Amino acid sequence: MKILVTVKRVIDFNVKVRVAADGSGIDLSNVKMSMNPFDEISIEEALRLKEAGTATEVVVVSVGPAKAEETLRTALAMGADRAILVETDDVVEPLAVAKIVKGVVEQEGPQLIIVGKQAIDDDCNQTGQMLSALLGWSQGTFASKVEIDSERATVTREVDGGLQTIALKLPAVITTDLRLNEPRYASLPNIMKAKKKPLERKSPADFDVDTKARIKVLNTEEPEGRKSGVKVASVAELVEKLKNEAGVL
Amino acid sequence: MTTLVLADHDGTSLSDQTAKVVAAVAKIGFDVHVLVAGSHVGAIASQAAELSGVSKVLVADTPALENNLAEPLTALIVSLRDDYKTFAAAATSVGKSVMPRVAALMDASQISEIIDVVSADTFKRPIYAGNAIQTVQSTDAKIVITVRTASFSPASLGATAAVEDVSTAGLSSDLSTFISDAISENERPELTSAKIIVSGGRGLGSAEKFREVILPVADKLAAAVGASRAAVDSGYAPNDWQVGQTGKVVAPDLYIACGISGAIQHLAGMKDSKIIVAINNDEEAPIFQIADYGLVSDLFVALPELEKEL
Ligand SMILES: Cc1cc2nc3c(=O)[nH]c(=O)nc-3n(C[C@H](O)[C@H](O)[C@H](O)COP(=O)(O)OP(=O)(O)OC[C@H]3O[C@@H](n4cnc5c(N)ncnc54)[C@H](O)[C@@H]3O)c2cc1C
Repeated sequence: MKILVTVKRVIDFNVKVRVAADGSGIDLSNVKMSMNPFDEISIEEALRLKEAGTATEVVVVSVGPAKAEETLRTALAMGADRAILVETDDVVEPLAVAKIVKGVVEQEGPQLIIVGKQAIDDDCNQTGQMLSALLGWSQGTFASKVEIDSERATVTREVDGGLQTIALKLPAVITTDLRLNEPRYASLPNIMKAKKKPLERKSPADFDVDTKARIKVLNTEEPEGRKSGVKVASVAELVEKLKNEAGVL
Repeated sequence: MTTLVLADHDGTSLSDQTAKVVAAVAKIGFDVHVLVAGSHVGAIASQAAELSGVSKVLVADTPALENNLAEPLTALIVSLRDDYKTFAAAATSVGKSVMPRVAALMDASQISEIIDVVSADTFKRPIYAGNAIQTVQSTDAKIVITVRTASFSPASLGATAAVEDVSTAGLSSDLSTFISDAISENERPELTSAKIIVSGGRGLGSAEKFREVILPVADKLAAAVGASRAAVDSGYAPNDWQVGQTGKVVAPDLYIACGISGAIQHLAGMKDSKIIVAINNDEEAPIFQIADYGLVSDLFVALPELEKEL
């Protein structure tokens, strides 16, 4: 079975983002970029399925700028076999990403697609579900455990009240949550080897997808800050303040 | 024009998150219909019909819709597409699973987790873990949104909307099948509707300690219990207690963060709380920068004392 994994290049999760003063967006100059953390979890899961003999090949795909090659090389260094970069400098909305990946799926014929549940830049939480709908496949979102046999995937999902386990008919789309696994680091020899692994370049036009934004961003601003608070010296003082000053007890 | 709200429920009762979505979409100005989908959901439909601002409740009652599986739920909503301009749901695990499917099949770009309605097609939403707020305008024929319910007060009760059955012909759930639920049993209020939340982080050190010092304080305050990702990853607390960018977003009157450092991913889920208390033994911990009241103390001393003082 072939597994396709999507990856996105995003601002590193440790970076404090700066909002441009003129309302135009986020200042991305000279900030550290990394692979979306949920995508690392997706790759790890695919690699474990390959190591267990369930999967035969792990293909990673990214839709993004030329520099997303670095992100794909990281995926290859972790152990993915091949990469596809669908290159565009546009800000591509999840719907267009899903349409492009659907095109990739039609060429590659995977049985399983693993997608991170959300990208930590736009926080949309849409791409996997949209892809699954466009393909007419089953979906298992927010996976914290995945088991595959020949016809189905059993997925335990992190839902609002706890956990839910469902069985998906294959082929399927799974989106990954934090507790699915702990992603490996790429070793230095594997980073060197990854430079020679195949990476194919495509464009959105190759899949007949128009990436024009459907959602107009009118303004980007900083959230209202909180007023700075006070330190209290004791539990008694805390309780007194919560009762008499804040009025919340 | 009309907005269709997907009701959020657990098979027994309507979640109060639906009342918040109804209040949010009322600001759009269209008629509001609520869709209650599931199996044996008559009582839930009656609850939805009481929400102020709702003019009609649609009921889709069939075994195929039991357990909120995404594929049949999507097919149902898409079958109703001609009657509606806007489709909305709470950003719960069901809403997040279903609405992007609905959007894709209507060729619409979804607007996720809105925190404000500017006009019928323009909304505000947070990005980058809430470090920026975008005002965005949809240009699609159909508008699909999910609502961050922590930003809205619930619609009041008192309406008597008409309740109408809709066709469920052809809905099947052969793509995915339900196997089991492991839903946490607890008597405490829901995190997303609690007035007070007591939250624990890595500083608790173990599941036993978490139970020993956090829960008694929560019980005294009739509070919900939250946790940081680190506490959940370490097994101190179940996954559905995680508050943050990738967990639940809450805005209670009082949030007490204990042994939580205040990473941006955690703040994203609680910084709109009315009053924030931080208890941490590191006076440099970033959580103190957003806390209204900070207590620099060992939580194993402070929390038992707090429990006695309450
Ligand atoms: C993709 C991604 C998504 C994430 N999503 C979330 C999310 O949704 N929610 C979330 O919370 N995090 C999330 N995180 C993790 C986040 O970055 C932090 O790692 C996490 O919030 C830290 O949890 P913590 O504050 O409990 O632990 P730590 O940062 O380790 O802090 C522990 C704190 O406890 C204090 N402490 C220790 N002992 C005591 C004591 N005896 N008395 C008092 N204080 C004590 C310490 O001083 C310290 O400040 C995410 C990270 C990533 C990469």
